[in-house]
Amino acid sequence: MIRTENLSKIFTQGKNDPAITAVDQLTLSVEEGEVFGFLGPNGAGKTTTVRMLCSLIAPTSGSAWIGKYQVGKDDQEIRRTVGILTETPGMYERLSAEKNLSIFARLYECRDVPGQVEKYLRMLGLWERRHDPVGSFSKGMRQKLAIARALLHEPRVLFLDEPTSGLDPEASRLVREFIEQLKESGVTIFICTHNLDEADRLCSRVGIFKTRLVAVDRPENLRKNLFGRKIVFHLKTLDPKWKDLVCSLPFVNDAQAAGNRLVVSLDDPEENNAAIIRVLMDAGAHLQFVGEMRHSLEDIYLSIIHGGSPS
Amino acid sequence: MNLNRIRTIIDKEWEEVFKNKMVIITVAIMPVVFTLLPLGMIYGISAGTPAGDIGTADVPLEMLRACGDITGLECMQRYLINQFLLLFMMMPLIIPSAIAAYSIVGEKTTRSLEPLLATPITTTELLTGKALAAAVPAIAITIACFAIFVLLLPVAGATPGLVRYVLEPLWLVAILVVGPLMAIASVNMAVIVSSRVNDPRVAEQVTAVLVVPVLGLMFGQIAGLFILNMRLMMITVLAIAAVDVILIRTGARLFRRETILTRWK
Repeated sequence: MIRTENLSKIFTQGKNDPAITAVDQLTLSVEEGEVFGFLGPNGAGKTTTVRMLCSLIAPTSGSAWIGKYQVGKDDQEIRRTVGILTETPGMYERLSAEKNLSIFARLYECRDVPGQVEKYLRMLGLWERRHDPVGSFSKGMRQKLAIARALLHEPRVLFLDEPTSGLDPEASRLVREFIEQLKESGVTIFICTHNLDEADRLCSRVGIFKTRLVAVDRPENLRKNLFGRKIVFHLKTLDPKWKDLVCSLPFVNDAQAAGNRLVVSLDDPEENNAAIIRVLMDAGAHLQFVGEMRHSLEDIYLSIIHGGSPS
Repeated sequence: MNLNRIRTIIDKEWEEVFKNKMVIITVAIMPVVFTLLPLGMIYGISAGTPAGDIGTADVPLEMLRACGDITGLECMQRYLINQFLLLFMMMPLIIPSAIAAYSIVGEKTTRSLEPLLATPITTTELLTGKALAAAVPAIAITIACFAIFVLLLPVAGATPGLVRYVLEPLWLVAILVVGPLMAIASVNMAVIVSSRVNDPRVAEQVTAVLVVPVLGLMFGQIAGLFILNMRLMMITVLAIAAVDVILIRTGARLFRRETILTRWK
């Protein structure tokens, strides 16, 4: 649904200023109905990428497609096909929520303007406040209204630039729940976010981007490739011999003792955990519980951004 | 060009901008003052003064020649009214600058231009919508004020000759041709200035620089350097049309998606 080939954007300022490469040779593919997380630090070029994909700014080189439409050639069609939640919601403060949405519904040439406006105001819980000026809305309400605005014309692709940025936990949860509902409806969602926990929960794949695309995969694959899989065996007491015993097993890559815990690296814990438990029990270990050591997406992100790369 | 989208922008602009007190003050108070002031002056020099008693010593020689054999009162009234004609030419300059400045700078500061540019609207449609939203009220108000002015002239003591004078082609060209041209210049100037500043008041004030040539005409006439006649009016029309072309081209170049999103600070 979204495809880019060597997409680049270079900004040239004055004649004497150096050119700035915002996006460098981005090649990416996002499938229809997929929720894709686009992660990267501030100034990485995420917003520039979204702007190019929404036909708001032209690429310097390379190509991009939204469905069958090519950026730079079918810009009007692309703008009809995509919805965008910009980093700052940007509402008409003096106008009511209903009026704000109806302006955009008219610009998108929706067939039933009042119907669409009502549908999304109700869906996002803003119907009761429809006559209030947006200037009186909380940040969370504005963000919900901006999401409604991005969805009015029923886009097939939705770009969300920092959808929960600056929202309190409750508002963030509401927005996340709404994104999950959208996921069910088959809309392709491209989320730029700093909130790695959010990306982990919502996205089927993530791309880690810093001017160039550094890594792209499912979060669990990135975890596995970067850190492998580690199982933690919590014991009442740990005899140092048990570590060597576990290490001697053919399927164990490594084992480390940490306090009363034995951290074992292995490729297929589902298959081999039972054998390790048996060996430990036979050796007289008092096993309290077993769990997988989870690396957060933040660990993956920081590891990749600060020089590591996924295998 | 999609007229529905242009109309949507105009509706939006009017709904939003006319909720702004600063704009309402500019749009409402200035036309009232510019209309009542000349009527008051006419009333002042006419009330209780016999036509023959008015001296024309302060009237420049050029104007006296143009007056021919009309009475001193009427010549003085014409001289005065000619200055106020320039006020009517200023109205379509000042009103759109207030509307356009608040509209464009307002969108810049609230960051509402990006979602707008993400819709299928073309930048030409958007600029046209914004320009019309600013220019149409200005032109309509100028014409309405002129109509009220003409209707109230006899009440203020203007001679029938003066009423005929303000309905001559010179005045009609000023109101119906120069006015709209001024409004176009003002809107495009506001677009250019608004792309560089983040305060609508600054945009409005910088745009008001366009008033300077009109003031030049006013003071030149008061000083007796020239009299506003049809020849001078046609030169003014051509000059403003040329300025319009330059400003429209510059404004349109600045009002492109990429420029707005990446260069407007």
